[in-house]
Amino acid sequence: MSQATLQIRRISGHAGPVPGAGVERAQTVCKLVDTTTCIGCKACEVACLEWNGYTFSETVFDNSYQTMPETAWNYWNLIKFNEHEREDGTLMLLMRKDQCMHCAEPGCLAACPADGAIVQYANGIVDFQQDHCIGCGYCVTGCPFNIPKFNPSTKKMFKCTLCADRVAQGLEPACIKACPTGCLHFGTKDDMTDLAETRAQQLREHYGFEKAGVYDPTGVGGTGVIYVLHDAANPEAYGGLPKNPHIPWVVRLWKGPAKWIGNLAMLGGIIGVALHYLRFGPKRVESAKDQKGGQP
Amino acid sequence: MTNGYIDIKNTDVMLIMGGNPAENHPCGFKWAIEAKRTRNAKMIVVDPRFTRTAATSDLFLQIRAGADIAFLGGVIHYAIENNRIANEYLTNFTNAGFIVKEGFKLPEDGLYSGFDRAAQTYDKSTWNYEEGDGIGAATVAAVASAKPMLPPKVAYDLTLQHPRSVFQLLKKQYSRYTPEMVERITGIPKDQFLKAADLFTSVRKDGDMKKVATIMYAVGWTQHTFGTQIIRTAAMLQLLLGNVGRAGGGVNALRGHSNIQGATDMGGVFDIWPGYLKVPNPADVDLKAYLDRTTPKVSKPAAWDSFNYWSNTPKFAVSFLKALYGDAARKENDWAFHYMPKVDRNYSWTEIWDNMYRGSVKGMFAFGMNGVAIGPDSQKNIAALKRADWLVVGEIYPDETSEFWKSPGISPAEMKEIKTTVYRLACAGFAEKDGSMTNSSRWLQWKNIALPPPGQARLDQDIVAQIFLKVRELYKAEGGKFPDPILNLTWPYTDPQHPALAELAKEFNGKAIANLTDPKTQQTIKDGQQLPGFSWLKDDGTTSCGNWIYCGCWTEAGPQLARRGTEDPSGLGIYQNWAWSWPANRRVLYNRASCDSSGKPWDVERKQVWWNEAAQLWVGNDIPDFKADSNPKEHMGPFIMNPEGVGRIFGPLAAFADGPFPEHYEPIESPVQNPLHPSQSNNPVVKKFSTPADKYGTTGEGFNIICTTYRLTEHYHYWTKNNPMSVQLIPEPFVEIPIELAAELGIKGGDKVKVTSARSYYIAKAFVTKRIKPMTIDGKKVYQIGVPIHQGYRGIQEDAGRDARTIANRLTPTVVDPNAFTPEFKGFLVKLEKA
Repeated sequence: MSQATLQIRRISGHAGPVPGAGVERAQTVCKLVDTTTCIGCKACEVACLEWNGYTFSETVFDNSYQTMPETAWNYWNLIKFNEHEREDGTLMLLMRKDQCMHCAEPGCLAACPADGAIVQYANGIVDFQQDHCIGCGYCVTGCPFNIPKFNPSTKKMFKCTLCADRVAQGLEPACIKACPTGCLHFGTKDDMTDLAETRAQQLREHYGFEKAGVYDPTGVGGTGVIYVLHDAANPEAYGGLPKNPHIPWVVRLWKGPAKWIGNLAMLGGIIGVALHYLRFGPKRVESAKDQKGGQP
Repeated sequence: MTNGYIDIKNTDVMLIMGGNPAENHPCGFKWAIEAKRTRNAKMIVVDPRFTRTAATSDLFLQIRAGADIAFLGGVIHYAIENNRIANEYLTNFTNAGFIVKEGFKLPEDGLYSGFDRAAQTYDKSTWNYEEGDGIGAATVAAVASAKPMLPPKVAYDLTLQHPRSVFQLLKKQYSRYTPEMVERITGIPKDQFLKAADLFTSVRKDGDMKKVATIMYAVGWTQHTFGTQIIRTAAMLQLLLGNVGRAGGGVNALRGHSNIQGATDMGGVFDIWPGYLKVPNPADVDLKAYLDRTTPKVSKPAAWDSFNYWSNTPKFAVSFLKALYGDAARKENDWAFHYMPKVDRNYSWTEIWDNMYRGSVKGMFAFGMNGVAIGPDSQKNIAALKRADWLVVGEIYPDETSEFWKSPGISPAEMKEIKTTVYRLACAGFAEKDGSMTNSSRWLQWKNIALPPPGQARLDQDIVAQIFLKVRELYKAEGGKFPDPILNLTWPYTDPQHPALAELAKEFNGKAIANLTDPKTQQTIKDGQQLPGFSWLKDDGTTSCGNWIYCGCWTEAGPQLARRGTEDPSGLGIYQNWAWSWPANRRVLYNRASCDSSGKPWDVERKQVWWNEAAQLWVGNDIPDFKADSNPKEHMGPFIMNPEGVGRIFGPLAAFADGPFPEHYEPIESPVQNPLHPSQSNNPVVKKFSTPADKYGTTGEGFNIICTTYRLTEHYHYWTKNNPMSVQLIPEPFVEIPIELAAELGIKGGDKVKVTSARSYYIAKAFVTKRIKPMTIDGKKVYQIGVPIHQGYRGIQEDAGRDARTIANRLTPTVVDPNAFTPEFKGFLVKLEKA
């Protein structure tokens, strides 16, 4: 959770309008990760830890340069490594910075039942508010990227905030600042999309990557973190980036039709009770005496 | 670097070899990425492993460790065969047209002319130019002389056709390096090699001179018994292609520490004084003898001109002596030359340890380095320290050196037998002191203190100063064999116990010690003022300067090395007002070669300097690395530090210990005999060490696997195993093993393995990877494995008992390059088994 003072666009588990919605207009922010210039130095991992105040946790070598298998509640930014063999036999060492994708239509937020535990700011950042988190873990179900992680000691969920606190002060996220090659960029969604498309075009035209493209999946309404990939047709090779991510149907059903059916059912119940009252009047309590009288 | 990190953005093609900049120089590597992003530049990476640099490359070739000269020689052969060479540049700016003496022999059998097998050295008298005026035989009778000298007038043939011209010899030398031979030696399939050779030389396609290619390397080239010659081959290739002196070109050494360039510049090795002046030897009976020996004399075609900047050696040397000894250095006492130690033999790194092992070195000050972990042969170094009387370690953490007596394998009983007294001094870390650091780009950059040193930790310079002052006190009180050099050393610091680094920086910049006037400009510098540049240095005792190449870094105008100007009007990334670059704030060395003979830039898009006919001066975006008023008609060579004035494709006389052209030799431990000349497999002048600790393995003894050591981006040498953040990223030591080899040995990823060399063993977890493939070397199937160097027996994980506490350099052999004395850390033989 950040201490940001950003305008909120969406709130989890919340009935009624978003307070102050539309008071400010904000550009949607976006992080661009150009996997074709990532050198896997992990400066972003360390910057993330340091900015967010996390310290050393023991890791174990796992036949890879990768720090740990997946992101953790206290490790939000992880480069995923993959030794990928192409069809022509040449090798690629694919390195992708994994973190919250800050979806335009966040599955976590949709799935979250706790009022205000997950918010989406007007600039597109999706942020967990641990004060309101009930630790139910429904957000895990809602996320197609396996990002929210549970802290067993506080029983709260955590993930990358896109440094909402920094962004609120006009700074770039910590990972962006630390990147030595310029593989990471930060700006408005429009600018980042332009930059990414230009780079993908360069890769297609000058570097022989015919399938180079931009990863900005529509299944979640587009993302606040977009990738340039050498092979946009095979995102799975980049540490399991889903090809067509979407909010799971259970969540959609639950927060969509199921919610209305539920609401309808509840309303029906209330109406039924009311009718019953009108028709039969209040339920009379038989006198205790009478009851007792029935006993020997 | 001849160029600089930012300049890499100007390149069209990069060859990265013997280095892994994405992992070990990531901040500098951004400019390689920039070249790709903004210029569509292409990147070739040649390495024994598919590194994270390779991950961003356009062409990766897996080479056998130690086969680099064969690869580069093959590219030279390809460039000549396909006429991908810079003809005008080659003829005018290099010694390609110079004629070599009769009697010089190329090493078809592995030996150049003049080899003395018993002494394992060369008589280099035939490695010389022919004396003459223009083409043909000597017109001046050679004077019989005890010491061979370069001829003042060199015979030459500008058609490059003379059979003994450097160019024809070069062509002949590398005619043996055919793509087939390259494949046999390096293991790189012929078609892949040709692809790389074509891409790299494509900058000279159809005689074009606009494009530029650069070469980047690091210790993957230097750490061989022929390391200097690998870099030579690269320099020759770059001269052949006309890539030296140009934006986006050059030969670029990426240094492995933030200030290792500064350490070398300041004379931090035994065979140079600051500023690359040679050290005196016992034959230098006086200053004159020393200067006669070390000041080169012009050697050039009669019709050409040569600046021969080292002809100023006397000015640099006398000013250096004045900086050391002030008023005690007078003309009458030969500027105190007799105070200076005369270096009688090799005192390089491995020699010092060998001497200690043999018992002649009794003590050691170890500051800013971890000698046991650095190796080679850590066990030998530990054995050496056991025999020493004392050891002083100045460090920020206890390390393998300061705790050598606790190294694994030493029993408590044995520990009691170790009599070495160890003094551990807590030092300040880099952020706890100010001072300047000189980066790979030759920039001196001033930094401020971020934090004061904690507790009792002291600044290195304070420790050294206080020891010196104590020693001087003892000399004053007790006399001694030769007290003068100690008593008369200048110590002009405001607080002698705590010399300020700013004062030291001003001292090595140098100052006038009399009123000076430039006769040409009538500009005056008053006695005591800081000098604006080394052109002011004098050999008459009126200037003092601690390091001539740093002269100009701290002038009367203030600390130039602390400048932070970000203007870059040319857009070439020159940043003339950012920090200060030696020499004379030039950003690209030899930049006169960025123009053709008439002084016009080869590429108008990348204009560095040029001849201004109206002003009769060299001007430009960079500071011209040249005599400013030398009209191109005078044909002065752009390589002003060579007495020839031109770039050396042929390295004459004593330039190199092992040959004027590089030749491929096998590493001391190699799985094959040299395919070029099996009877002379190794570098003939390389000597093995001979203590009982010095063992060298062979395939016959079962050492069949090539092993190479390297660094990872997550760690910094042997320090960061004390840093939780770095330890978290790479928590344990591992060995990178090809999948195929792992399958043969039944090893799975994460299994514990034992790597054994003729010296010792190393235990770590297996990293089974597709990034190292089995190779075919001269018809033989060969595996390579890789060992990162970062762990040891002292660090977060080591202290917690979470690894085997062995040091990678237990494996490496004590054997060194004959020119630079760098050990052969890359490419030695091992066995591998499950632990």
